[in-house]
Amino acid sequence: MFKKIVVPVDLAHKDNLSSALETAADLALHYKAAVVYVGVTAATPGSLGHNPQEYAKHLAEFALGQSKLHGFEAETRAVVSHDPAVDLEKSLSKVIAECGADLVVMATHVPNVADHFWPSHGGKLATHTDASVFLVRG
Amino acid sequence: MSDDGIPAPEGDAALIDTEYEIGQDNITTTVGPFGLDIHNPVFLVSGLSIVIFVLATLAFQEQAGALFTDLRNWLTATFDWFFLLAGNIFVIFCLFLIVSPYGKVRIGGQEASPDYSYSGWFAMLFAAGMGIGLMFYGVSEPISHFSSSFAENAGAPESWAPLAGAPGDAEAARHLGMAATIFHWALHPWAIYAVVALSLALFSFNKGLPLTVRSVFYPIFGERVWGWPGHIIDIMAVFATLFGLATSLGFGAEQANAGLNHLFGVPVNDVSKVLLIALITGFALLSVVAGLDAGVKRLSEINMALAALLLIFVIIVGPTMAILTGFFTNLKAYVVELPALSNPFGRADDNFRQGWTAFYWAWWISWSPFVGMFIARVSRGRTVREFLVAVLIVPMLVSVLWMTAFGGTAISQIVNDGYTAVTDAALELKLFAMLEALPLKSITSLIAIVLVVVFFVTSSDSGSLVIDTITAGGKVDAPVPQRVFWASFEGLVAIALLLGGGLGALQAMAVSTGFPFTIVLLLACYATWQGLRSEPK
Repeated sequence: MFKKIVVPVDLAHKDNLSSALETAADLALHYKAAVVYVGVTAATPGSLGHNPQEYAKHLAEFALGQSKLHGFEAETRAVVSHDPAVDLEKSLSKVIAECGADLVVMATHVPNVADHFWPSHGGKLATHTDASVFLVRG
Repeated sequence: MSDDGIPAPEGDAALIDTEYEIGQDNITTTVGPFGLDIHNPVFLVSGLSIVIFVLATLAFQEQAGALFTDLRNWLTATFDWFFLLAGNIFVIFCLFLIVSPYGKVRIGGQEASPDYSYSGWFAMLFAAGMGIGLMFYGVSEPISHFSSSFAENAGAPESWAPLAGAPGDAEAARHLGMAATIFHWALHPWAIYAVVALSLALFSFNKGLPLTVRSVFYPIFGERVWGWPGHIIDIMAVFATLFGLATSLGFGAEQANAGLNHLFGVPVNDVSKVLLIALITGFALLSVVAGLDAGVKRLSEINMALAALLLIFVIIVGPTMAILTGFFTNLKAYVVELPALSNPFGRADDNFRQGWTAFYWAWWISWSPFVGMFIARVSRGRTVREFLVAVLIVPMLVSVLWMTAFGGTAISQIVNDGYTAVTDAALELKLFAMLEALPLKSITSLIAIVLVVVFFVTSSDSGSLVIDTITAGGKVDAPVPQRVFWASFEGLVAIALLLGGGLGALQAMAVSTGFPFTIVLLLACYATWQGLRSEPK
């Protein structure tokens, strides 16, 4: 049913991703779908790398770990955004379209009052992409 | 911005090896439903100090007003020589680097190529650096210097004339008025920005350190820069940016209020100004929430287009030939008077030197962390020589053109047409009085008010992003509520200072925060020189 699954990952909060990562792996094995782990980084040096190349290396290491754990091959895409806190959905929907993914599996938080002002990234992404979006509570 | 972000230096560069990781000192927590990711001492100390400051100002409005005025007068009267001397050092330092072998060092490594075309780069340099002051002072400053120079008491101790003035001589007063105005908007302010921008770019793109002010001081403090010495520098950068922006917001509110009163009879009072600041802050909030590309960048483009439209209109319908020839005459006047105007010692024009020049230098310095950080981000791939020539010379020429068009037109109206409304108008109304004598006055005055508001929104939103980055320990992806906090806070500080003591209070705070940051910039010159020495040329 699904051919390519995009899994957005926030490497700074890996601990909150386990449910989404398990779900993505199960679905990928079930449908024999390709998996693309996508990370969005800022243009400036950050905690996960002094430059985008370093960040991409961290993301590749993360994907390799997932591949070994679940037994499938995975690709990575490190996207540079000028303002990731605001433009995350735009960056993700661009990558989803570029790589032709038909499913997104993404971790999301339990909604609270703040969502009235700043809706969750997953919720916003679902309104910006043609792919199916599976939001998994952390 | 480039899609490549800040890449590793290309080709030879002298990276600094440090174990520091961005965000290692941050607190990640939630306050109610909102997530926070803040640099521990920098956010808390700067945030709390400013809260206490705002509350105290509102609680003791009368005393605060007197205190601010005294503070400003004391600082500019006692340390005017220091501001002037420091300004000259920044210019000389930049000129020295242009002609020295260090001019060959390339920002981003020897093989790096520029991220932006010349035209895009120049537009961004100018949009970042000048802002609302051009609207407030474009007419009022040339007219003020011209009038005080022309007055009979020019040269007397109570006079505000630059140097000795030119009593009764209209041509000499015009020469001096334009030279003095351009002096405040040309080489010196841009040298101040260039020092900050070059040092930040060098230590980020070539040395691999985070894009924060403290990184520049690595050659002086070493690893201690990630501790309290660095915290203090970043806290000072936050203070300087916040109070520098609040000063501009105060000017913007004063001028927009005066313009609205002029056009539509809106009363000029504290309520109107507070509402205007709230409105401008509201726009700035929308812009920061929309982000760098959809908000800040788009508004900056609208801003530059509107400003260009108004400039071209004034050149065409104003005294076109006088403006075009005046450009060269005024540039020459500036060069001729530069040594005397920049001399820090042995001068008699206390009011001008202390009230105008020292205040301006402090104001530019208080803006420099935020403008410098922005210029640094867009200048990768340029050599130091190319960078400094562009940052010093091009904005200087645009400033000369702007001042010649707006101020020159106003002076022509007085000298040639006997139109005195510009002289009689209050500082914040002089721009509208000048436009009054030109065709389509209702439309141009409205565009001018819109420009005042948009100019401020573009400064306020990018300033909030810079403060947010500094107080998040160099992170640019901190939760959105934090930038909302800083943008709102800026509005509150401007309101508190306006109510607490009017523009005098705002100016006093700009001068007070600019003063310690001047010392920081002087150290930055030394650090930059050290950093450049280790770079391959």
